Amino acid sequence: MSMYSDKVMEHFKNPHNVGEIKDADGIGEVGNPICGDIMKIYIKVKDDKIVDCKFKTFGCGAAIATSSMVTEMVKGKTIEEALEISNKTVAEALGGLPPIKMHCSNLAADGLSKAIEDYKKKIQDSKLKTEIKNQCKKM
Amino acid sequence: MCGKGVNGFMKRIYMDHAATTPTDNEVVKAMEPYFTQKYGNPNSIHSFGQEARDAVEEARKKVAHLIGANPSEIIFTGGGTESDNFAIKGIAWANQKKGNHIITSKIEHHAVLHSCQFLEKHGFRVTYLPVDKYGLIDPDNVKKAITDQTILVTIMHANNEIGAIEPIKEIGKVVKEAGIYFHTDSVQTVGHIPIDVNDLGVDMLSMSGHKLYGPNGVGVLYLRKGTRIDSLIGGGSQEKNRRAGTENVAGIVGMGKAAELAEKRLVQGEEDKLIKLRDRLIKEITEKVDHVLLNGHPKKRLPGNVNLCFEFIEGESMLLNLDMEGVAASSGSACTSGSLEPSHVLLAIGLPPEIAHGSLRLTLGKDNTEEEVECVIDILPKIIEKLRALSPFKGSWEGLKK
Repeated sequence: MSMYSDKVMEHFKNPHNVGEIKDADGIGEVGNPICGDIMKIYIKVKDDKIVDCKFKTFGCGAAIATSSMVTEMVKGKTIEEALEISNKTVAEALGGLPPIKMHCSNLAADGLSKAIEDYKKKIQDSKLKTEIKNQCKKM
Repeated sequence: MCGKGVNGFMKRIYMDHAATTPTDNEVVKAMEPYFTQKYGNPNSIHSFGQEARDAVEEARKKVAHLIGANPSEIIFTGGGTESDNFAIKGIAWANQKKGNHIITSKIEHHAVLHSCQFLEKHGFRVTYLPVDKYGLIDPDNVKKAITDQTILVTIMHANNEIGAIEPIKEIGKVVKEAGIYFHTDSVQTVGHIPIDVNDLGVDMLSMSGHKLYGPNGVGVLYLRKGTRIDSLIGGGSQEKNRRAGTENVAGIVGMGKAAELAEKRLVQGEEDKLIKLRDRLIKEITEKVDHVLLNGHPKKRLPGNVNLCFEFIEGESMLLNLDMEGVAASSGSACTSGSLEPSHVLLAIGLPPEIAHGSLRLTLGKDNTEEEVECVIDILPKIIEKLRALSPFKGSWEGLKK
């Protein structure tokens, strides 16, 4: 099918980083069943760097290819750098997407930011917990 | 080897005949002289014109014969969509003094639905009848929906997506008793199952050339004698003032030839051949794959139609994978419909959107073989497995946020 670029088809045929991360530091889910695209992005973070990223996606060719691409783009990046990845840059890295796919199936970067949000929240929660623990100890 | 031909060239398998059919070689041959040799305008008095006129009238007879109509009741149009628009808008405009209510169903083709929606914007009222889980319309529901304002009932003969064949004859009786016009969109059935307009009891019937191995850009509206209708396209007096515009002579000739060949195939039992292939596909795929549903009725369905939903995966990614193996199919997924929602037909039979997105339609045609069917039965389960491995849902929809 010629509706997708070669790069999209490459990622669709052989998606990179498929799977779940059991002890993920952050998980982000985006999409909904009406549109028919649901993505789950898992990240593993070490020293503020994303050391691993995996995905599971229910969706069309564009949804699968963008998921695969974002997991490739983010590896080795710091949290701050990772947050700069947008749906637009993912689509560009894939050599573009058909216009109709730009808004419905191009969600992978949103999935990633949600995973990062989840990670940050977890860190804060655990910081809070340690603080409370320490305070309790002091008392 | 399945899907692969000699010398590395892929042997492609076409199973999307409900979208369009290949033009038959004999049809092309019949059309050819009407481009470069017999190019006259059928409305001209000279011999060039008259040979074109003869060809148009010959085609009209052939089409009429296929559906048990009188040749004078055959109007050539620009395609199935135009025929639907013509029937619905034409009846509405011409009979608006009698009433402003139209009855149709939720699973019609967009050519019908959008015509009805257009009329709603212009003061008409439309009832969209529901269907059961097989996609079938209850004639009793038609009866109940009829009011003293109803001027037209339009129900498709068979659904293009799920292949359900509607009880047109029974609905025809109900509509006739009420003295209302009855139109059926027969684009998917003409030439594929036997049709007789008098047996069905319809006043109008739409057909399309390219769905029965004829050319694109030509269609027919069967219009029962005495039907009060306004024309959709104004201009010259062609088609007895019903449809203006110089006749598409080559296309009409092709349509006639396609009708003649379709009639032959029906006599030779093509229907049974396709039903055998269809049922084998359904049986073996549903045996090999779990979490799969058959859409439409198991028996009351088009001879070549297979429509299945595979849970936990999405249709377009199935189509792309099939295409990589050389198999052409279609889906009711949003991604392939060009809209954001999955097919209105699959939603109307009660499927939740996430399941409707996983639909796959394989529509068989006269040239499909046992071997091709075996090939699809072989590769499809592997594709489903591959895509399910990517899916966040495994064996259940647990965790789905609606």
